[in-house]
Amino acid sequence: MTNAAQSIKPHRATMGIWYEFATRHRASIVAVVILIFPLVMPFTALAVNILIYGLYALGFNLVFGYLGLLSFGHAALFGTGAYLCGIAIVHLGWPWYAAIAAGIAGGLLMALLIGVLAIRTRGIYFAMVTMALSQCVYYLFYQAVDLTGGENGLRGINVRTIDLFGLRIDFINPMIRYYVIAAFVIAAFFVMSRILASPFGAVIEAVRENEMRARASGYDVTLTRLLTFILSGGFCGLAGALQALHLSIVPIEILHYETSGLVVMIALLGGMGTFFGPMIGAAVFLVLENIVSVWTVHWQLIVGAIFIACVLFFPAGIWGTLIARGRR
Amino acid sequence: MAGLSFDLIALQLFAGLALGAIYVLFAIGLSLIFGMLTVVNFAHGAFYMVGAYVGLYLISIGGNFWICLVAVPIVIGLFGLAVERVLIRPLYGRGIDYPLLLTFGLSYVMVECVRIAFGKTGYPFDTPEVLQGAVDIGVGYFPLYRLFVIGATAVVLLALWLFLEKTSYGLIIRAGARDPQIVRVLGVDVSRVWLIVFGIGTAIAGFAGLLAAPLQGVIPEMGGTILAEAFVVTVVGGMGSIGGAVLAGLLVGVVVSMTSLFAPEMAKVSIFALMAIVLIVRPQGFFGRAGLMS
Repeated sequence: MTNAAQSIKPHRATMGIWYEFATRHRASIVAVVILIFPLVMPFTALAVNILIYGLYALGFNLVFGYLGLLSFGHAALFGTGAYLCGIAIVHLGWPWYAAIAAGIAGGLLMALLIGVLAIRTRGIYFAMVTMALSQCVYYLFYQAVDLTGGENGLRGINVRTIDLFGLRIDFINPMIRYYVIAAFVIAAFFVMSRILASPFGAVIEAVRENEMRARASGYDVTLTRLLTFILSGGFCGLAGALQALHLSIVPIEILHYETSGLVVMIALLGGMGTFFGPMIGAAVFLVLENIVSVWTVHWQLIVGAIFIACVLFFPAGIWGTLIARGRR
Repeated sequence: MAGLSFDLIALQLFAGLALGAIYVLFAIGLSLIFGMLTVVNFAHGAFYMVGAYVGLYLISIGGNFWICLVAVPIVIGLFGLAVERVLIRPLYGRGIDYPLLLTFGLSYVMVECVRIAFGKTGYPFDTPEVLQGAVDIGVGYFPLYRLFVIGATAVVLLALWLFLEKTSYGLIIRAGARDPQIVRVLGVDVSRVWLIVFGIGTAIAGFAGLLAAPLQGVIPEMGGTILAEAFVVTVVGGMGSIGGAVLAGLLVGVVVSMTSLFAPEMAKVSIFALMAIVLIVRPQGFFGRAGLMS
């Protein structure tokens, strides 16, 4: 990590050594946890979901936690990534790696389109405009039946084997599928760590902390916001592409505003603006959802109530609360 | 395009105004609450939906539509008062995003509670007998109920306008929207004003849900769609401006209805295109204060 990242973390001296170690090697720690995770987690399909939603939340957290803008339209970025990856495979017959690239490109492009409009507004409007625009994207994909399958979703994204430098890997095997997806997620975490540690990452947080001062220091606030939103789109697009490969279908609900709300809940639950928060949030949220949905079909009631309690009593989230405890 | 007469377009315009009337009612509540409390009520769609279901319930136990018109706003308004007092008040001063997030979670809870009580599938909602049929409005026959929706919206708007502009309590509310600090210094309990404004806003949302029910039936998810569309209305009209909400609500209704006549496949998307144009040309909306947006 460069000095830029460390200098913006306050009270470094008062933190425990464990925390400094965790900050320095944050991406590596995530990698180790992800690699051993399926060994302690009995349900591999759930583990894959946690990976994908963790990545989705990671991308969202860049805008929500680090840039300080609440977006309620991230489903559009996630969904576009999934749809473009699926379309590349089903309609164009592209190989899996090209399809993933198409998914990332889709996320970036959609973030550019939404970002250019939404960034003209601020604060509370940003949430409203992003939500409205993502609803527009939902209708557009819903109506393009030839390309997206409309209401039925995009079916037939069958990737059975993955060719890697002459090696044929069986993508049906759940354990192998987990590690293939994990490779991309871990790579994304390293890239995110690098972005946050770069001077640009410091500018992102400077804009959040004090927009006037950032502008006075000569930084282009609007451009920073737009670039960050686009970067976030790349991460969410990748998450969407992996979701398409994992499910072999892209349901239209992926673009629904509840998918946008889901990532807001995950990020807030885990701890916004923290590096580990999104992954912890995704794990806790999805495991909780799994347990509650076994017990009752009305899991949304429980989830909504827990979310309300979080906003009222633990706005810093699980990891944020732990950090605050550690600093005392 | 041979069948497109002036009369047909005029009729479609009226249909758009009726649709717009629902948007207006929904958006003025949203705008009123935001203008006073700076809270974006993400549960506004849920209040709207519960309003329709309360109407459904009252009719099923023997009430009629006219009783509902009075009872639904009262019930939803009281519920809104409780929500503000218990859930939203602790969040004042904690950043503008938190009430938004809380009301979002609340909308999950409300939708799921309605699903538990009434089931997941929707219900049809009968148009009251007196309001069935159509009347000749000069350019052709127009459904009487839609005319009633426009009229009822006008009455609510007039009442709200009189309350805000002509009563001393309305004066306090308008002053509180300008500068809550000064109002507090003058000895007014601002938090009570906020409580009442939230109650009024949600009561109007419940009323709008009831009015919309005979037009489209009731399902637990009916609030989510209109919420996104109401955001378009508030962005186009200018957030916090009631006049803007009225004008933009009617405009959005007319745009939807006109595009469904000329290009049906674009009807859903057209209003978002409208919002995009407004954001590029005039980001603060028709009547928005420039400072709020930038």
